[in-house]
Amino acid sequence: MKKHYNGYLIAGLIISGIIIIMTIIGMFWTPYSPTAMSGAAKLQAPSLAHLFGTDNFGRDIFSRVLKGAGTTLTIAVATVAIGAFFGTLIGANTGYFGGIVDDILMRLNDAVTAFPSILLALLIISLTGTGKKYNVILALGIVFIPSFARLMRTTYASYRNANYIISARLMGAGSGRIMMIHILPNTVRVLLPALTIGFNNAVLAEASMSFLGIGVAPPDASLGYMLSDAQGMFSVAPWYAVCTGLVIILLVFGVGLIGAGMQKQGSGVN
Amino acid sequence: MSGEINIMPDLNEGSLLEAVTGQSPVTSENATGADSIDEQKLVLEVKHVSGGYHTGGPFKRMQKYKEVIHDVDFVVKQREILGLVGESGTGKTTLTRMIFGTVKPEKGEIIHYTKRPQIIFQDPYSSLNPAYNVEWSIEEPLRVFGKYDEAERKERVRRVVKQVGLPEEILTAKPAELSGGQRQRVSIAAALIRRPRFIIADEPVSALDVTIQAQILELIANLRNELDLSFLFISHDLNVVYQLCDRVMVMKRGRIVEQGTIDEVYNHPKEEYTKQLLAAAE
Repeated sequence: MKKHYNGYLIAGLIISGIIIIMTIIGMFWTPYSPTAMSGAAKLQAPSLAHLFGTDNFGRDIFSRVLKGAGTTLTIAVATVAIGAFFGTLIGANTGYFGGIVDDILMRLNDAVTAFPSILLALLIISLTGTGKKYNVILALGIVFIPSFARLMRTTYASYRNANYIISARLMGAGSGRIMMIHILPNTVRVLLPALTIGFNNAVLAEASMSFLGIGVAPPDASLGYMLSDAQGMFSVAPWYAVCTGLVIILLVFGVGLIGAGMQKQGSGVN
Repeated sequence: MSGEINIMPDLNEGSLLEAVTGQSPVTSENATGADSIDEQKLVLEVKHVSGGYHTGGPFKRMQKYKEVIHDVDFVVKQREILGLVGESGTGKTTLTRMIFGTVKPEKGEIIHYTKRPQIIFQDPYSSLNPAYNVEWSIEEPLRVFGKYDEAERKERVRRVVKQVGLPEEILTAKPAELSGGQRQRVSIAAALIRRPRFIIADEPVSALDVTIQAQILELIANLRNELDLSFLFISHDLNVVYQLCDRVMVMKRGRIVEQGTIDEVYNHPKEEYTKQLLAAAE
């Protein structure tokens, strides 16, 4: 077979790879302590000493971005994992069996979707309490279930009457085996791009929640929280908002490219 | 298979067949129903069966019953290839499902004298799981059956691949890398792996071009001779049926309008419908 280079995939992997590596480094080492304040170095513009400059407490923004990206990534990955796991579970069962279970679960799904997702997340946060990372993950995770459920339902329904699935049923394979072993590997082509899109939405959702003040709270920092912090001093320290925003954009852009690349790859094979 | 029925309950070995036929099917892998092959003995008996399917909703009273099969009556003998011809929409698929027990007959009785039959589908492009290689697809029926260890399974896979005339290298290939004829051979191998006595072939060659058709037909004829298999061979192509089958049934709108040996039906057709079909095939 001829080798095709998938530009989207390669560019996406490089961009998000750099950010992920930086984030992992940031978990163990940062140039300055992300919480160390310095009265002498308030609101400094980017320089060799402070790559992204400093904020109004004299904290090194680059160090805080490294740390904050870790929080954001953790929340995004956990959110997508919850959404994809439960969404697949629900979607597989409704799509495969159809019938009355499908009707009930999908109408419930519609009810959840009918809420604006940020409002639903707000509701869950207000029930569980603000400022905790795990509550943000829980809230966003629940918000993300319906879209995965709908996607997987459609996919499973399309495989339900494929000849090889009918064969599997006739040979006596159980429904669980058919769903997990016979159908699931075939859904990867749909699921992987959806995971990347979900990841991006999660990053942005976390950022907007922190921006609204219902996400993570100090001393935890996330990119969204820092962005909301930065807007107050945009006129005196524009680099704060620009640098933080740039990291979010690059992260989302990189992962988005991976998703587009995978979709392209998938359509190329078949 | 067309999507006319969406209710396909799971078939657990035994339970549903028992419910349909009123007798326990033979479940042992090596049981033949009889040790010696007797060409008068039966593998399948379909006794005055009528039936169809329910459509409409989740509850009984919301459903409508549509009868598709009307008073169908035939037998399949050991080591016989029985052809079933008829245009599409005539109920061949529903009849197949009844034989497998996924659709219950409303009237009449279906008796299996052997263990579970196997099926070969028309479209070789959708009868193999694209996510797995050939070896997995052939081995899966044995894995599901669960009575054989890994070494035994692999050994049987190798043997059956040889029987259908494929090289062993093909085991690692994905379905997308195979030709239509190769895929159909793989489907046949997967059907043979549990050593059935009776196979239903639902238009197995109509998606293939003529030279490949001839090879697959030859393979089916050889398998019948070597393994003493019986086939119910469903087709709309009368020429193919003429080449391969011993007896033939003509189906029209859910009824069997004529059945007999190839000579009887092709050379002395009694029904007007059969004559039309034969005229159209020439």
